[in-house]
Amino acid sequence: MSETYEPVIVGFLCNWCSYRAADLAGTARIKYAPNMRAIRVMCSGRVDPQFVMKALREGADGVMIAGCHPGECHYVNGNIKAMRRFYLLRKMLTQLGVEEERVQLIWASASEGILLAEKVDQMTEALRALGPLNWDEKVVNRSNGYKAAEVAPVLEEA
Amino acid sequence: MTEKSNSENKERVGVYVCHCGTNISKVVDVEEVARWAGEQPNVEVARDYKFMCSSLGQELIEQDIKEKGLTRVVCASCSPHMHEKTFRTACERAGLNPFLFEMTNIREHDSWITDDKVAATAKAKSLVRGSIDRVIHHEPLEQIPVEINPNTLVVGGGIAGITSALELADAGYHVYLVEREPSIGGHMAQLDKTFPTLDCSACILTPKMVDVAQHDNITLLTWSEVEKVDGYLGNFSVTVRKKARYVNEEHCTGCGICIEKCPFKEVDEVFEAGMGTRKVIYRPFPQAVPKYPVIDKENCVYFKTGKCKACEKFCPTEPNSIEFDQEDEILQIDVGNIILATGYDLFDSKRIPQYGYGKLDNVFTGLEFERMVNAAGPTDGKIVLRDKESTPKSVGIVHCVGSRDENYHKYCSKVCCMYSLKFAHLVHERIPDAEIYDFYIDMRTPGKGYEEFYNRLLEEGTHFIRGKVAEVTDAARIPEEEGKLIIQVEDTLIGKQRRIPVDMVILSSAMEARAGSKEVSQLFKMGCDFDGFFTERHPKLDPVATMTDGILIAGACQGPKDVPESVSQGAAAAARVAGLISRGTVMMEPVRASIDQEACSGCKICNNMCPFNAIIFHEDRKVSEVITALCQGCGTCVAACPSGVITGAHFTNDQLFAQIEGVLWDMSAEKASA
Repeated sequence: MSETYEPVIVGFLCNWCSYRAADLAGTARIKYAPNMRAIRVMCSGRVDPQFVMKALREGADGVMIAGCHPGECHYVNGNIKAMRRFYLLRKMLTQLGVEEERVQLIWASASEGILLAEKVDQMTEALRALGPLNWDEKVVNRSNGYKAAEVAPVLEEA
Repeated sequence: MTEKSNSENKERVGVYVCHCGTNISKVVDVEEVARWAGEQPNVEVARDYKFMCSSLGQELIEQDIKEKGLTRVVCASCSPHMHEKTFRTACERAGLNPFLFEMTNIREHDSWITDDKVAATAKAKSLVRGSIDRVIHHEPLEQIPVEINPNTLVVGGGIAGITSALELADAGYHVYLVEREPSIGGHMAQLDKTFPTLDCSACILTPKMVDVAQHDNITLLTWSEVEKVDGYLGNFSVTVRKKARYVNEEHCTGCGICIEKCPFKEVDEVFEAGMGTRKVIYRPFPQAVPKYPVIDKENCVYFKTGKCKACEKFCPTEPNSIEFDQEDEILQIDVGNIILATGYDLFDSKRIPQYGYGKLDNVFTGLEFERMVNAAGPTDGKIVLRDKESTPKSVGIVHCVGSRDENYHKYCSKVCCMYSLKFAHLVHERIPDAEIYDFYIDMRTPGKGYEEFYNRLLEEGTHFIRGKVAEVTDAARIPEEEGKLIIQVEDTLIGKQRRIPVDMVILSSAMEARAGSKEVSQLFKMGCDFDGFFTERHPKLDPVATMTDGILIAGACQGPKDVPESVSQGAAAAARVAGLISRGTVMMEPVRASIDQEACSGCKICNNMCPFNAIIFHEDRKVSEVITALCQGCGTCVAACPSGVITGAHFTNDQLFAQIEGVLWDMSAEKASA
């Protein structure tokens, strides 16, 4: 790693609220950290926990899942399902040694460009403080826990 | 050229990087991105161009598809919400299935959010690589044709809903107009005069109400509420509860004898805004449509004690129209489109205690005053104090009650300046020697003939005082203030605190979203903003559509509006629906889930995931299946399937995994080199 470490965030943004929030942030020329690389999904409920694992394994330092506010989901309650999965996933990742800050779930409505920009800035700052994830070192080849070694093959498959 | 990997299904990708004038190229090195893209696996050609969305830009894509035999296209430019359709159509014109196209957002998500050219260019590359890797896995898809049921549901019988219903009915299409009150008419029916022309509100509204009642193409369902909405654009199935009126609509002639004979009165909080009374069996106002009365069950003595039945006794129809045993009816209505015109609530002025409403007798709300000046209202149009006798000699009108206020609503309620001016004029007209003080923050009168109306009031002698009213009190400090209401205000034009004693205060309360608007938006599966107003698809270019296909909005449910604006929106929504109906079928995005029947383990986990009940379980074969027509394509079931056998078209696991790898191409390269 070079000394000017810039964290990379993969963002899974729902088509109806958060992706449009990011569009609005741009249209309003709000300046924020260009560290998030957005992937559009129709609903935050589409975010398979495997996507998050995949992103972390492929070198992302953090993953942001963004959906409509509870009660405002275009698909009624896909965001609630995303939330259920999220807490379980984060718990699992924490047990694997991945810091909580690296995986975040936020709500941003289509009118909340500023909020989305702020969240990206905050997350970028938090990840800068944490430093690179180093998935292989931290999770796959972790020497101090047999659990990680057991799940490693599963993670490799993802 | 670098060696092309991923050779197992070799595709020829064309990558087009847009300058967007200088919107993108000012920050992102577009030439470099295009040059670099040309070296990426599977890329046949990569170009940059000033405006990809221009006809020349589109031709560039079409030409390459034809000449270079491109099988996939990626365009790195603005948001797909802006131009995805443009480029898809271009691909289609050149004979490429439009779903073999992928858009990369390097404007809203990149060049517009940073000034860091290096970072922006790097980000653009990552996003482009994500799209290239994704598009390889795209599959040709066909749009799904959906037939449009020509019937339409209009919810809300105010002026916006009435306009929508009449426009559609006149165009020859059937409309179900659902109104929760006993009569249509909405807030407009309560008004006396309409600004700035001072037409009598009833005179212009009631003929339209009658048209609604008499129109062959309109099924009017008053005293009814929508309970459930299923389905999607073209095929909604709506459950409506028609509340018991306790009056048989077939037999009733609307003669009104029952109302006359009913011995009990109640304060009318709805139509008369608490200013007048109505009988327990009532119609809200004489010109009500439909004309049939309704029994207020909660207050009816017969329902409470089992005695009375005066209405039944005197009903002259044969058979008797009063039916105490009537029950709510549940109706099932099939429609193709739904127009919501549910209107607004008036801000509750009691929430601002310093203005004294509810404590000081002679503080009135706008709607109370509206009823008072109405010739058919509780005072027969006489402007009187709460004692119903004395005429006020001085009147204070307070603007921005609940609006433009950090503590309540930040927005401008838009109509209050104009209706305040109207009130001032009406007071001048009815009490010529009265002194009128109008307290405003800013006078907002944009609109045809509105500013002229303001000028007219200036000439009529209204005292305009610029400043936000701090307090309305009856605590007199000097003898002249005794027995008066004193308005404390900072007059910002002379820079002084003033205390102005008046006999009557009218609060120009703001329009706010209906109390249940959040629930309504969930019922119809569309959005509302933080203020509770329904969210339009685009604030400027698509103000009557919502994010949900087939659900349109009109009138004050979308934001504060006056009559002409509500009418325009009502008509606009109707025109949109009429267009869809005349097309007969619409093409829907093929973003739908499907289950591999062979591989499904029958665990049923997906069954409960679907918010649209689009997944059914075949008990005989023990497998689940997606009903394509009901599926909305959210992909929640795809993410939940433990066997990974649900495919979400255009958002498949393959496509998304490839995109994740793509956007992180530099990270894995970094790792490999480390």
